[in-house]
Amino acid sequence: MTSIEEKFEESKRLGLQIVKESAEEDRLMTLSVGPQHPGSGHFRFVIKVDGDYIVFCDPDPGYVHRGEEKMCEHRNVIQNIPHLERPVIHDSANINYSYSLAIEELVGVEVPRRGQFIRAIASELNRQVYTLYWLAIYGIFLGHSTMFMWPTGDRELLIDLLEALTGARVTHAFNIPGGVRNDVPEGFKDRCLRQIKYLQKRFKEYEDIFYNNPLFRQRTEGVAVLSKEDAIKLGVTGSVLRASNVPFDVRKAEPYDIYNEIDFKVQYMKTGDCFARAYVPLLDMQESCYILEQLLDKIPSSGEVRAKLQPNPKGPPGEAYRRVESGRGALGYYIVSDGTPKPYRVKISVGSFRNMLALPHLLVGQRLADMPAVYWSLNYWPVEADR
Amino acid sequence: MSNNNKKELNKVGASGQTKDSPTASDSTTEQSQPSQPSSQPSPPPSSSSQPKQSPAKPSQPPATTAASATGAGSKANTTSQPAKTQPEPPAFEKGLVDQIKNKFGDTVNVLFIKPLRIKIQVDPQNIVEVANYLRDRLAFDHAESVAGTDYPKDNQIEVIYHLGSYTREELASHILWLTTRTNRDDARLPTLINVYKSVEYHERECYEMLGVYFEGHPRNERFLLPEDWADIPPLRKDFKIKGR
Repeated sequence: MTSIEEKFEESKRLGLQIVKESAEEDRLMTLSVGPQHPGSGHFRFVIKVDGDYIVFCDPDPGYVHRGEEKMCEHRNVIQNIPHLERPVIHDSANINYSYSLAIEELVGVEVPRRGQFIRAIASELNRQVYTLYWLAIYGIFLGHSTMFMWPTGDRELLIDLLEALTGARVTHAFNIPGGVRNDVPEGFKDRCLRQIKYLQKRFKEYEDIFYNNPLFRQRTEGVAVLSKEDAIKLGVTGSVLRASNVPFDVRKAEPYDIYNEIDFKVQYMKTGDCFARAYVPLLDMQESCYILEQLLDKIPSSGEVRAKLQPNPKGPPGEAYRRVESGRGALGYYIVSDGTPKPYRVKISVGSFRNMLALPHLLVGQRLADMPAVYWSLNYWPVEADR
Repeated sequence: MSNNNKKELNKVGASGQTKDSPTASDSTTEQSQPSQPSSQPSPPPSSSSQPKQSPAKPSQPPATTAASATGAGSKANTTSQPAKTQPEPPAFEKGLVDQIKNKFGDTVNVLFIKPLRIKIQVDPQNIVEVANYLRDRLAFDHAESVAGTDYPKDNQIEVIYHLGSYTREELASHILWLTTRTNRDDARLPTLINVYKSVEYHERECYEMLGVYFEGHPRNERFLLPEDWADIPPLRKDFKIKGR
């Protein structure tokens, strides 16, 4: 009496109440993860599990959709700056960077050299602020509460630094078309170098306590491997792409502003598993420290930081697509101008939205317990994806 | 380190994809055929510019190159002077433009916007064929974004695919704009999901935001908007924000 059918017949004979699990729908259980689930951010995805294996995944974003693109069409290019950084306030310098580049191209304005350096400094600092925040979340969702405390604390130092530079803790509105809003304060360079030195020391400690932790390695190594071919086919970007053995970085591929004068490497790994996707951002932060040192070294000692724009800047009709490397990968703006001060159409192409496509691809076939490790390794920021 | 590995990547990744990379000799064969239209590329065109028309040909052959941006990886000096009138494509872009024109002739309209940006206008019925060619022969292997733009004046909606390449190193800095237009009243386009898997969510977003139905796409469904959305697609120009 081994088969299900025999058991079923036997139970019926004995008058027991049981349900025959024959149809597929009976075997599968549907789980709704999010949008209030603490492990997902403001993002919902529906998964179906067979036992504890995930057999189906359907992302359902949109809970923090704000209509940024529509809002842009009703405001002029300067009014658009503060609300455009809201999708990812932890990386606000970068999300405004490519917007500024596109507007500069349409309006036809050249950024002064010192301004180019300062906004590169701001965006590198912001990249680290974002990545530390992401690392803290990744740590806590794998049950490593020290890794939540440490990056959150270290991030505070960078936020103080950015506050001294821009006047605001997270929403800077600092990178604007034409340059940056204001010059660096007194003594900024020494303070920044001191923090970089401290961070570089801390990154080694992160590796010791987190990345070399055997538990962390067991939970991530070999889990949810994204092959190079699939990464290219899915069009993922940023650390997800670089973890899958594609050394692509917009700062190297299409250098903007002064990045072609900066010497740095594109950090990447070959395995494409969760560990690589978790480790590449740390390598990026280390590289970012080198970039910051060079920027602080090479910055012209004096000069304008912002090109003068006309009061209501507008250019001839045209269209532009510019992108930068943000904390989550390539971040592009496609802007159509019809010759009026308000953009005719603004399309924001963000890394999170592109990396979302990898989520069903990776989750199907994994165990339910690996879901947080896979999901957060995608460097996904729900608010940015929804825009 | 990255350089060596990039080369290696190029060898591995591009296998079977790029066989006829545009070289200097390629472009010289087409020297007599000028490659860009004389009109400036203005996005909201005054008349409906259907890509059926063959591109306008300037009378004099263009000077081949702008020295600042030859080849890939070189910094496009775009923040200073965006090329507005009669842009002269650099050699590499000219090679690409000629290659596409040789293949498709008058069915596509190839516009050179500025260094590193080429725009291709095609008819909806040709877009899958052109996209296949771009992927298989020119190694544009993924789409960065799909943007729809509403032009009520022309009664048309333009859908623009921003294509990039990870596998071919000299194309890493390029974004190719593949555009097509459809009637605003019955907006239907063939999907590119079978060519580029990466457009799946972008096209779905385009469907709900602009009401363009992608034929062959498995899910023309709501994505970002609320479940009970009962209004016209919000990125159409006749959708008004309250209070504005």
